[in-house]
Amino acid sequence: MLKVSHIVKEYAKHRALDDVSLEVEKGTIFGLLGPNGAGKTSLIRIINQITGPDAGEVFFNGEKLNQSHINKIGYLPEERGLYKKMEIGEQMLYLAQLKGLSRADATNRIKYWFEKMEMQNWWKKKVEDLSKGMQQKVQFVATILHEPELIILDEPFTGFDPVNAEVIKNEILELNQKGATIIFSTHRMESVEELCDHIALINKSHKILDGSVKSIKNAYRNNTFRVGLTREFDTSTLKTFEIISSKKEEESENFTIKLKDGFSTNDVLQELLPQTGIIYLEEVIPSINEIFIEKVKQLN
Amino acid sequence: MNKVLLIIQREYLSRVKKKSFLILTFLVPSLFIGMMSLVVYLTAKGDDKVKEFKVLDQSGIFENQFTNSNNLNFSYIKGNYEDAKKDIRKEKESFLLYIPANYDLTKNVEVIAEKKPGINLINDVENQMETIIRNKKLIAAGIDTSVLNSSREKVSINAKQLTDEGEKDASIGATFIVGFASAFLIYLALFIYGAQVMRGVIEEKTTRIIEVIVSSVKPFQLMLGKILGIGAVGLTQFLMWIILTAGLSTLAANYLTKDDTGKAKTEQVMKKDMNHPDIQKVASGNKVTQFLDAADTINFPYIIGTFLFYFLGGYLLYSALFAAVGSAVDNETETQQFMLPITLPLIFTFIIGMNVIVNNPDSTLSFWMSIIPFTSPIAMMIRIPFGVPVWQLVLSMTLLVIGFIFTTWVASRIYRVGILMYGKKVTYKELAKWFNYKE
Repeated sequence: MLKVSHIVKEYAKHRALDDVSLEVEKGTIFGLLGPNGAGKTSLIRIINQITGPDAGEVFFNGEKLNQSHINKIGYLPEERGLYKKMEIGEQMLYLAQLKGLSRADATNRIKYWFEKMEMQNWWKKKVEDLSKGMQQKVQFVATILHEPELIILDEPFTGFDPVNAEVIKNEILELNQKGATIIFSTHRMESVEELCDHIALINKSHKILDGSVKSIKNAYRNNTFRVGLTREFDTSTLKTFEIISSKKEEESENFTIKLKDGFSTNDVLQELLPQTGIIYLEEVIPSINEIFIEKVKQLN
Repeated sequence: MNKVLLIIQREYLSRVKKKSFLILTFLVPSLFIGMMSLVVYLTAKGDDKVKEFKVLDQSGIFENQFTNSNNLNFSYIKGNYEDAKKDIRKEKESFLLYIPANYDLTKNVEVIAEKKPGINLINDVENQMETIIRNKKLIAAGIDTSVLNSSREKVSINAKQLTDEGEKDASIGATFIVGFASAFLIYLALFIYGAQVMRGVIEEKTTRIIEVIVSSVKPFQLMLGKILGIGAVGLTQFLMWIILTAGLSTLAANYLTKDDTGKAKTEQVMKKDMNHPDIQKVASGNKVTQFLDAADTINFPYIIGTFLFYFLGGYLLYSALFAAVGSAVDNETETQQFMLPITLPLIFTFIIGMNVIVNNPDSTLSFWMSIIPFTSPIAMMIRIPFGVPVWQLVLSMTLLVIGFIFTTWVASRIYRVGILMYGKKVTYKELAKWFNYKE
């Protein structure tokens, strides 16, 4: 549904995006990941038509990005903000109307969301009277009020307490199930890892990795496992695996091991069983964070 | 376009609904009329009582020479200075004018009373004494009293203005007042509403709502909506002021004329104090009657029409620049460095206007200042009541329109970049760079 093709964006002194291309499938949750200053916000601003690229193109549902797409996108910026002195209800009406909703439609939808998010008596309140978390909730509702096809959320969970973060997360998943495509942008990769179907990693203005979470993780699995044993064993002659690290705890001996070529976990168990008791054995699947660090190392 | 309307609506309503707007709208005309009424009232009241002057003239020169007037009554006494001084303390409303035998006008003439005499009172007496002595000296030099009387001609120049409808009286005083007032209002309005635009931009930046808004509308639309919305607030305020002032002054005038003695006194005061009919209008405290008088010679629909045009034109020109400044900074304290180039032409025009243009509305300097868009809103308003050739007016207005389109274009190029920049100390060089950015 969204195709970003060879985007270049330059500011006075540096290149914020250098030949970045990616594709977001309809109905998926897409993670745009990378450290601060990598170029995520620059890219999002281009998709939102806040700024234009110096080179490259963006396609929305196959069409070249244009003004008519503005109303189909909902954007929650990293830096949140509302008019402090304006009533919440009026403010939401205003923002929704700017996204092309009629006043009547906007009123109905605001009422629906206020009920759903337990904000019924907030209409006449002013933003400055709300707590920070409450403001975030208002802002989230304002982002999705016009039922956008594409929802772009920049660092969506910062500023929420765990309870409200869960509420928001569930709302996002529900919107996704109803057909909305979602782009998460965050530098806290672990926070969205389990939500995303697909991710792209951006570092220093370049896209360095792109693919489905599953395929990326599979590609970065390297036959590493963790085992917990009841007592020590003879580590001098190991046939099926090598030890990467070990850690002694009160009731168990913990090892991170790597299989030697041609052996499976069953072979490891067979080697260990005669010598010690086995508490657990599990595969070490690298986190996106680790993959990112690994990838950056490779590139340098 | 629909979105610009939405923005205008929000900017307008959010300001008009404020209490401060309502207060200002009603306070300014009330204060204006109130002050004018007070001046009229006090002028009338100040000369309420007839002042009794007891002249103790030991020189014998001024005996029976003082002339009584509306508020001065002279009587002549004889006797001892000390006794007279004691007596005068008993009479609260009387003054003792003591002229010693070997008087010296600059030294030992005294006015003694229980309360302090007003400066006007002293002036009157001094003038009379000077005239008396001059006359005596002239007569002593052999000049006939009839010649003396005929030499005291009053000069009063009637300024006539040649227009298409023929000759008409030019009320210099009222012209001056109208020119001054409208230029001053424009000067104030450009600052007040320009600063509101700037503060609005800074508010959107600091609350960070700007990014949400510009993901829905183009920065230019937002800037335009804000400028037009606040401009509409300014127009509303002016219209309210005009209507309220007109209404209140009619009320005040009615009140004053109902009180016949009050009016009679006001007129007396004016007739007595001022000889020149036009100076009378300028210097008189009674702006109400003055405006009513001036209305005969001044074309108010024309003045108000051009006023609104120059207010709008000047506002659009300057507020775009104010918006650009607002976009370049993170908070109001940082605006100082960029404000100078904007405020300087305004202050400069105002000062030149009040000193040069008013005195010489058709000079080369006046002409150029009323043509150049940055100075014309103020300069032209001073000139207009004096009469401006149509071609100059058309030229000035055309240039002003071109001017504000130009500044809006320049400002919007800085604005679109500035609103998304945070935490940067911006320099003029940087602004130039922003201006040159593509998209």
